[in-house]
Amino acid sequence: MPDMQGLVNELIDKLKKRDGLINGLSFVLVLMLIRWQKGEGITGTALQTAELLRSVISVQKLPPTNKAAALINAVRDVGEKLIAANPVGEPLASFCQLSVGNVIRRVLHIVREEDLSPSSDEAGDNEEEITWLRDNTAPYVAEIIRPPLLHMLHTFSSAEEKSKSYIFGRSRKLKNDVIEAINMLIEDVNICYELIAEQAVEHIHHNETILTLGWSRTVLEFLLAAKDKKRSFHVFVAEGAPRCHGHALTDSAVFAMISRVNMVIVGVHAVTANGGVIAPVGIDMVALAAQKFAVPVVVVAGIHKLCPLYTENPEVSLNDVRSPSELLELGNFSDCMDFGSVDGAPLVHVANPVFDYVPPELVSLVITDIGGHKPSYIYRLIADYYSSQDYVRYGKDALL
Amino acid sequence: MVAKQSGRNRGGGGGGTAAATEVSVEELARVPLQAILLADSFATKFHPITLERPKVLLPLVNVPMIDYTLAWLESAGVEEVFVFCCAHAKQVAEHLENSQWFAQPNFSVTAIESNNAVGAGDALRLIYEQNVIRGDFVLVSGDTVSNMSLAEALGEHKERRRKDSNAIMTMVITQSKTSPTTRQSRLGTDELFMAIDPDTKQLLYYEDKSDKGTVSLDKTLLSDHPSIYLHNDKQDCYIDICSPEVLSTFADNFDYQHLRRHFLKGLLDDDIMGYKIFTHEIQSNYAARIDNFRSYDTVSKDIIQRWTYPLVPDVQFFGNSSTKLDRQGMYRASVVGQSRSAQVGPFTVIGSGTTIGSQSQISNSVVGEGCKIGANVSIEGCYIWHNVTIEDGCQLKHAIVCDGVVIKSGVILEPGVVLSYKVVVGQQFIVPAYSKVSLYQQPIKQDSDEELEYADSSTGFMDASSLSGLPDKLKEESTIQLSESQLQAASEVGSGGVGFIWSTSEGSHEEEWRHSVAPIPPAKLLEIMHTSNNELEVVQQDGNLPPSGELERDSVTANSNDYDDDDVDVKDDYEFFENEVEATFKRALEENIKEDDVILEVNSLRLSYNLATADCSGALFYSMMKSALSAPHPSPSDLVKNAATVITKWKKLLKYYLPSIDEEIEVILKFEEMCLESAKEYSTVFVQILHLLYDKDIIQEEAILNWASEKEGADETDKLFVKQAEKFIQWLNEASEEED
Repeated sequence: MPDMQGLVNELIDKLKKRDGLINGLSFVLVLMLIRWQKGEGITGTALQTAELLRSVISVQKLPPTNKAAALINAVRDVGEKLIAANPVGEPLASFCQLSVGNVIRRVLHIVREEDLSPSSDEAGDNEEEITWLRDNTAPYVAEIIRPPLLHMLHTFSSAEEKSKSYIFGRSRKLKNDVIEAINMLIEDVNICYELIAEQAVEHIHHNETILTLGWSRTVLEFLLAAKDKKRSFHVFVAEGAPRCHGHALTDSAVFAMISRVNMVIVGVHAVTANGGVIAPVGIDMVALAAQKFAVPVVVVAGIHKLCPLYTENPEVSLNDVRSPSELLELGNFSDCMDFGSVDGAPLVHVANPVFDYVPPELVSLVITDIGGHKPSYIYRLIADYYSSQDYVRYGKDALL
Repeated sequence: MVAKQSGRNRGGGGGGTAAATEVSVEELARVPLQAILLADSFATKFHPITLERPKVLLPLVNVPMIDYTLAWLESAGVEEVFVFCCAHAKQVAEHLENSQWFAQPNFSVTAIESNNAVGAGDALRLIYEQNVIRGDFVLVSGDTVSNMSLAEALGEHKERRRKDSNAIMTMVITQSKTSPTTRQSRLGTDELFMAIDPDTKQLLYYEDKSDKGTVSLDKTLLSDHPSIYLHNDKQDCYIDICSPEVLSTFADNFDYQHLRRHFLKGLLDDDIMGYKIFTHEIQSNYAARIDNFRSYDTVSKDIIQRWTYPLVPDVQFFGNSSTKLDRQGMYRASVVGQSRSAQVGPFTVIGSGTTIGSQSQISNSVVGEGCKIGANVSIEGCYIWHNVTIEDGCQLKHAIVCDGVVIKSGVILEPGVVLSYKVVVGQQFIVPAYSKVSLYQQPIKQDSDEELEYADSSTGFMDASSLSGLPDKLKEESTIQLSESQLQAASEVGSGGVGFIWSTSEGSHEEEWRHSVAPIPPAKLLEIMHTSNNELEVVQQDGNLPPSGELERDSVTANSNDYDDDDVDVKDDYEFFENEVEATFKRALEENIKEDDVILEVNSLRLSYNLATADCSGALFYSMMKSALSAPHPSPSDLVKNAATVITKWKKLLKYYLPSIDEEIEVILKFEEMCLESAKEYSTVFVQILHLLYDKDIIQEEAILNWASEKEGADETDKLFVKQAEKFIQWLNEASEEED
């Protein structure tokens, strides 16, 4: 991405001018995302989003009061546009969108956390915001999503803090802290592969047979790490049609082979709040086969793939349908698609969905940068990494 | 803090800057990829719509066509685009300005306006004069929809250029079968013949206006090239990768206008400077150009079916609003007011702000933004653009309805109708099939000879540009202008309607069904089938092909023994044919195939066995009788009943093959033969069935009488059935005398 820095600078210039921004901003963002996603994948998108948000925050001029709210609004502004852009790209358009949303929520969480930290000078704003949220959020949302305990604690003690804040004054710069925290987030995303791979020896044992589907960098590094530790094991790689990133075993042979497999290890697009995973097509089939033979299904995913949304959410439940040309060539079927000589309705309809949803019952373990977790524990992890206010969906009807 | 921040920025961008320097070194060595986009088709196929708006701005699945082309060019790595606008140049430039294409980094769009270009040639000459093209460039028109990656084609082109500087152009083609009946592709373009050298991919011959499907190749081509593939299953995508020499060739040959008809054929035929043209076939990617209403329909459907991914409605590329994909290819914008009882069927796109009334049905259609659709409306296969009002109880089939049209209640649009901007159709009016309605009156045209098309289109566009000021005028002077046109046009599109129905001249009417959004009616297909069959027959008789008629056969047997083998062949053929027909008929009975389809099949059999219509009628009758025989028949009267049901059921089919008395006699002879040989059961009921055939109007009395008189002088054995039918014939004779 040679021109990314330039694009960011341009964006910053526009942000500084702050007029006629709305269109210009979204436009630049869409473009950046289109560029970024080419060959970058989810992790790449996450990184880019974090970097972009860092730039946005660093140029944001803060009013003397209400600093956190100003930052939150700025991040939300950008975030909404990124989400609305539904960027086009390869290979996983809608999942890049999810990961963009995840990072935005993480950053918002960071801002809130920093704002709430005892040295902050504007706890009052936060209280305001929470009451605002209570007032404005639909009751069901408020019921489902409880603010993290830490948050509650601070809310209750905010009166005390207010007096404290006078003592500490405005000595700490909120902005600096936030930027520092985002840097850590970027660092985390960058090293997630190593952190996950480090745990490989605990899971892969000598002479085991492992099955995976498609291609995932996380899985590859995980397996390589085990190999480096002189573990010897076999790996079956199912092809993952129609994209066929893996090549060794046809997808249809998975069931035949699963009985001699000790463990299934797959990479995923996202882990939802209930512990289910969203993964390339074919993985649900593998997981079902594994369940039949009581083979554990292990999911490896960086923490940035944790998504605080449930599967009922339309953002999650909508599948991405790609071009039929990945499955067959239009040229060969051109006579079936001649709308002139039939009654005008297409004779052939080819569906090419991109991903599967695997329910939490079929997942044995989720390995993230910070260790392995049961799917049932994911909701807890999410509470640590996101603020409940930000769970709500972005878009026109978002409760922002 | 400032220092810290800048430090971080540098740290964050560290990798980026290093990469940037690498690329900039690379960049020095290469020229940015340029493209010329012709935002004018220099044709009148989209009249009358294009009188008011340029073709490239017409919405294709709710997004202007030019945005598809630009989005593709952008994603394919083109960095500089020159948009050549001619007709309605202002509107195109305005659109580009509003749609932010100018605001993009690393993708510069420059509009070049001209008012007097009459063809692509003029456009390219103008660009050549401006001296802006520095290297290889992509030449497309603004109505191209594609998702192909240019890298491969470009790489091939550059590689060839390196070896041979005369390889100045690479044409992108794709596979697409042409329909054997209509001789047009799914995009509605004429059958295209291309001769390509399979090794070098050089294009040797290009003919898209072939006469009756015949092509003639130059002998020297065969001597110069070890092998040649002649394709008729390829489609020209009208995406060309050109070297600067293409522009200079246009500049040198000032009479070149059309890219294919003049430039391409000029190079192929006249061998200018030894320039060569190559082809690049794309396999899995999509590329198509919208040339006429048929391709508008086809490409829209391809987009909805996601062949053009990622340029699909639910992915925001540029200029489209957010839309979600539901099951079965239904795309719906986030704000749609749909009644609960309304049914929106598969493969339909509904734009935002549109309301749909109760009990309305929409399928296979595209509905734009801000439309109001009333109750009990049925819309099938239509393209409804923005802000259209359709009142209750309308029925629309395969129509294009432009912006701002008002369709009053109870209107019926027959297939292929085009309603141009702001037309109002009065209550209960039925707009006839393939008619085009516009607020403008049809310009009086000279007969459009093929050669004159360009001159014509140019005047058409001059008209258009002079007319383009009119809509504003219309608004300003609406009281005068509209009332005037209302008075004139009221009768044309119902009471209270506004618009002129454009008449189609006789010559172009024939083409109307070819290039309309409506599917070709089956009757038309049959008709074409017929004419093409007849043409084939004519060709056969003209050429000295083996004779197929009965007379010739007789003469052959009578005169020469040399032809005996031939004769045997013919007889064998007939037997095979008879068996085939029987099998076909059986299948038709079992699977309940329609008569039309059976006719098609029998026709094709007849052609492949090279036989006459009379043989068909004989064979069909034979198979019908056989089928009646195969049904259980305890007594002869049951057999007659069986035969009666079969004959009544397939009367139309048999009648189709009995155009004249001769064929009818042939049927009687056939029946006679059957009774003697293969189906003796019928011999007892011969007269009954003959009577039946007469009653059902399958065989006329004249035929029977002729048959009887023909048999008069025959052997006694042959007269067996004539004697049986004696009474019947007598009765017929008397009846005819009475009539006299």
